[in-house]
Amino acid sequence: MSCWDVVADYGLRSIGIGERLLPRDDFTLCKQVVLIGSGMIWNVYFGILALGAGFFLATALAVGKASKVTALRKLSEWFIFVFRGSPLFIQFFFAYFLFLALKSVSPLFDPFSAAWLGALIVLFFNTAAYSGEIFYGALLSVPKGDIEAAGAYGFSGWPRFRRIVWPTMLRLAWPAYTNEAIFLFHATTLVFFSGFPAWQQRGDALYYASYFADKTFNPFVAYPILAGYFILLTLVVIAVFGAINRHLNRHLPQEHRAGVRYRPNLVR
Amino acid sequence: MCYLTTGKHMAFYGSFGTVLLLLAITAPVALAFGFGGAMAARSRVAPLRWLGKAYIAVVRGVPDIAFFLFFVIALDQLFEWLRHQAKCPDWDAAIRQGNDFVVCPAAKLPLSSSPQIWHEAYGFSLAVLTFAIVFGAFAANVLFGAMKAVPRAQLETAEAYGMSHRQTFWRILVPQMWVYALPGLSNLWMVLIKATPLLFLLGIEDIVYWARELGGSKTPRFTDYPHGDWRVYYFGALLVFYLCFTRVSEIVLGRVMKRLTHGQATMGGEAQRKAA
Repeated sequence: MSCWDVVADYGLRSIGIGERLLPRDDFTLCKQVVLIGSGMIWNVYFGILALGAGFFLATALAVGKASKVTALRKLSEWFIFVFRGSPLFIQFFFAYFLFLALKSVSPLFDPFSAAWLGALIVLFFNTAAYSGEIFYGALLSVPKGDIEAAGAYGFSGWPRFRRIVWPTMLRLAWPAYTNEAIFLFHATTLVFFSGFPAWQQRGDALYYASYFADKTFNPFVAYPILAGYFILLTLVVIAVFGAINRHLNRHLPQEHRAGVRYRPNLVR
Repeated sequence: MCYLTTGKHMAFYGSFGTVLLLLAITAPVALAFGFGGAMAARSRVAPLRWLGKAYIAVVRGVPDIAFFLFFVIALDQLFEWLRHQAKCPDWDAAIRQGNDFVVCPAAKLPLSSSPQIWHEAYGFSLAVLTFAIVFGAFAANVLFGAMKAVPRAQLETAEAYGMSHRQTFWRILVPQMWVYALPGLSNLWMVLIKATPLLFLLGIEDIVYWARELGGSKTPRFTDYPHGDWRVYYFGALLVFYLCFTRVSEIVLGRVMKRLTHGQATMGGEAQRKAA
């Protein structure tokens, strides 16, 4: 069986297309690479959707935390504190059992106890809280002169936020937000190790890597493959976010542009 | 209430102690790993410098949970392999037989005849070592940055007084770097707290294990206190525990930072001087 047959059989295994059973013996290098790569589909799915949706909630949270209305401010502060102050692992467990309990109340909650929706919601809230804090910090450091200049041009309220404050906030927050995005992709590996079950063994990259490590009792093949995939994914994220960063900073003189430095120092 | 004082609940409360013990042991060990890593990364010997930088870059570039799963098996096999080489030199069968890892019985860790407590202690120390390796890389990164942040003029002054390279490092650089390292290290402490539930994945009977165990449905046949699925409440309690723990840590670390910045030539120290 050549490697191309393996790709045809297991390339989309993680979303239920191709061979039903996982390989039980003869764990070739090709099988491990293909199946772990197939699992990466889930990591990318969770990462992109949670980041995309989380971006908007994060903006709302940052504005809420800086708001003058006490109720809004307290609400945002508590949301950010709860999701940043507790381990993501516990959040997954808690959410899973909460959705299980709700399931018995109404069948409306059926899809929530599956990973594709339930875990996505937890990741969405989690990244919103972390990026909300980053955006809040950036919002406070928007230069005062910019806002005064906007006022002099007759901007106020929503147009001022949309045209002046928000772009500057994003520009200032972007390097930190890039690191947050990288860590969110790393955090997606936790999904199938907490409460959420991998239905029909359709798991993510780490799920398959640990499957191989358990079966062969040899961690020195499967985990380095996983590490390689994640380093590749990290490079892609840096490239995409770097391009956006250049776009956000395009009006600045060349020497004032801050590059995105890969400096992750947060984990969940 | 009798339900909360059953033997299993006592084990559950005890496992909070396990988590705190792990934190108490891991933090200094990880700091030592970090110090070693940072020293290697700024070494003047090129291979040592590459080794230090590679250690920092690789551990931080890959999801930490993958490292937890990897190191527990890898370290176990490494130790058994070393003991195998030392204790059974005339063993001629291959160690890796297909999907099995076979060492001679005398090299097994812990020995199959040793009591249960040793098995648990061995598992626990593997977990501590794994945590220390992973968080050592993060600490190395923080300390490396802090060492670079100490003003160059301080080191030049030391050299002008005739101190050797080693003396400059230990007497000038190391005492001054802590104030630069503290924000990063306190961040790391928060992260370490939040990584402790991953102990569950390493096969330790920690709070997550017991919360799942105790919260699951119980029928009257096996217990005096039957109940439905209470895992939501148990995990809710864990959530509150972690929130309180991080909040308390935040407050304590804030105070330490205030004390350390006192009299330092940094923005924080300057602000304190003006406020006084």
